[in-house]
Amino acid sequence: MSALETPVQLVPPHGRRQWLRGLAADPRSAAGLVLVGLVVVAAVCAPLIGPFDPEQPDFASLLAPPTGTHPLGTDELGRDVLARIVYGARASLYVGVLSVTLAAVVGTLIGLVAGFFGRWVDALTMRAMDIIFAFPSILLALAITAVLGPSLSNAVLAISVVNLPVFARLARAQTLVVSRLEFVDAKRALGFGTGDILLRTVLPNILAPLIVQASLLFASAIITESYLSFLGLGVQPPTPTWGNMLRNAIGFLELAPWLAWFPGAAIFLTVLGCNLLGDGLRDRFDPRD
Amino acid sequence: MLRVALTRVASLLPILLGISVVTFSLIRLVPGDPVIALLGMEANEAAIQALRRQLALDQPLVAQYFAWVGRILTGDFGRSIQGGRDVLPLLLGALGPTALLSLAALAVSLLISIPAGIVAATRRNTVADYAASFVALCGLSMPSFWLGILLIMGLSIAWPIFPASGYVAPGEDMLAFLRHLVLPAVTLGAALAAATMRMTRATMLEVLRADYVRTARAKGLTERSVVWNHALSNARMPIVTLLGIQLGQLLGGVVITETVFSWPGIGKLTVDAIFARDYPVVQGAVLVTATLFVLINLATDLIYTALDPRVRLS
Repeated sequence: MSALETPVQLVPPHGRRQWLRGLAADPRSAAGLVLVGLVVVAAVCAPLIGPFDPEQPDFASLLAPPTGTHPLGTDELGRDVLARIVYGARASLYVGVLSVTLAAVVGTLIGLVAGFFGRWVDALTMRAMDIIFAFPSILLALAITAVLGPSLSNAVLAISVVNLPVFARLARAQTLVVSRLEFVDAKRALGFGTGDILLRTVLPNILAPLIVQASLLFASAIITESYLSFLGLGVQPPTPTWGNMLRNAIGFLELAPWLAWFPGAAIFLTVLGCNLLGDGLRDRFDPRD
Repeated sequence: MLRVALTRVASLLPILLGISVVTFSLIRLVPGDPVIALLGMEANEAAIQALRRQLALDQPLVAQYFAWVGRILTGDFGRSIQGGRDVLPLLLGALGPTALLSLAALAVSLLISIPAGIVAATRRNTVADYAASFVALCGLSMPSFWLGILLIMGLSIAWPIFPASGYVAPGEDMLAFLRHLVLPAVTLGAALAAATMRMTRATMLEVLRADYVRTARAKGLTERSVVWNHALSNARMPIVTLLGIQLGQLLGGVVITETVFSWPGIGKLTVDAIFARDYPVVQGAVLVTATLFVLINLATDLIYTALDPRVRLS
């Protein structure tokens, strides 16, 4: 790697471990890391934590309150709520990771190209982003899933489209700054190709705010997925998601309030963890804030 | 100011054009025949052919688009598949309850967030600050429909103080209207309050460090006067901007809250229409909501410009 490619490092290589240690030492970030870590462990180890089949009805224990056998109770079909919550974590994480990654990759590329080339490319792409931004995000996600049909992949697509302009605008703004710096001019003068300059010089230097944004949008993607599932336009039953569990719970608020407590708490704690981590990351990347 | 306003309005035109293209395309993206999607599977052949001619579906796509825009501009949003009523009166009828709920939510948000933000900033790094900041973070992390469900469980089922759902028009019975309004307004306002409180705290902290605040204190003014008259009036700009943005976002938030509380606004109308596959209503609701969203953002922009001469001059 030439010196021209490393004028502004996201994290200094020698201090990477120290940087991570500093992040973990911040009580807020540490709490966020623990909460998000717990959700990831729950999703990965779902069969060990919730030994019951989350989709298998058990008519012998309908609407059973929390007990030793079913620590979080059962639903109206006798399905174990704990098992459904830990398997539901998979859907939430899957949609969150995939939709944010898709939006980040496509949005960043759009922003890079718009910021670097400017003129009509910039005007055209940014007006397109403005149009997406002109719709309230949940309404646009609803409209997309309503048209394409409710499913996991359509939920991912809808949430990605909604978040696309955030990454595109941020990447464009950062590219505008970085592409005018001297080391980029130097690479141009040395005859490096546009693709090389964009991907190997500009991109690494605009990543920090994009990572912070991704962590915050991950929280928002999980909430949006839960909204879609709650409205019946996300992942379809019997596959458990926290949103469709809450949708189901509405009919049993008096009889079985635990059906509403636990899935809601799962969403709340996951999003809280992401927000804590996002705040911590923002402070680490930008100590001025 | 007039020139700034005209420029802002002019910059809105391509956005409105884009909104109309996206909304027009929605119905064309539905798998299958858009006429069947509009009329439903039970429609007879004569009605299908009539609507095909009316929508200019035998014409090129661009001609179809202009025909559609022409109808929208004359107030013809089509007819609902459910019951055959005109879409426009349905939309207008739903906008009233949504506006009332949004304003109430905004009032709830302001009543909580501004005092809490000021207390957190003036008592920085105290228990009050930590508590307010933590509650705000929790508010931001809590999905609104879960908060709504918890409020129903607490204040409608365990202690039956407020009705769990429904709507009574203020003209019919004001007290009943207010009782129905409390839970949805608190649900919708809580998330707004969290964000506004954080913004108020951050802005007040910055303003309280300014020279003119030090001067005000040096003049011997009371701390209350310094905070409320000098600091808050200078901290209002970012708060007003955030409130404007949030008022727009309320239009998205009402979709969930109105569904949880069966509040007959534009959000519930949209969700009901989606499930009934009533595409003319979905199309109309999306178009009206997005247009309102853009207009509210424009109004925020103009208010911001009017309040701050620096923005005008730049």
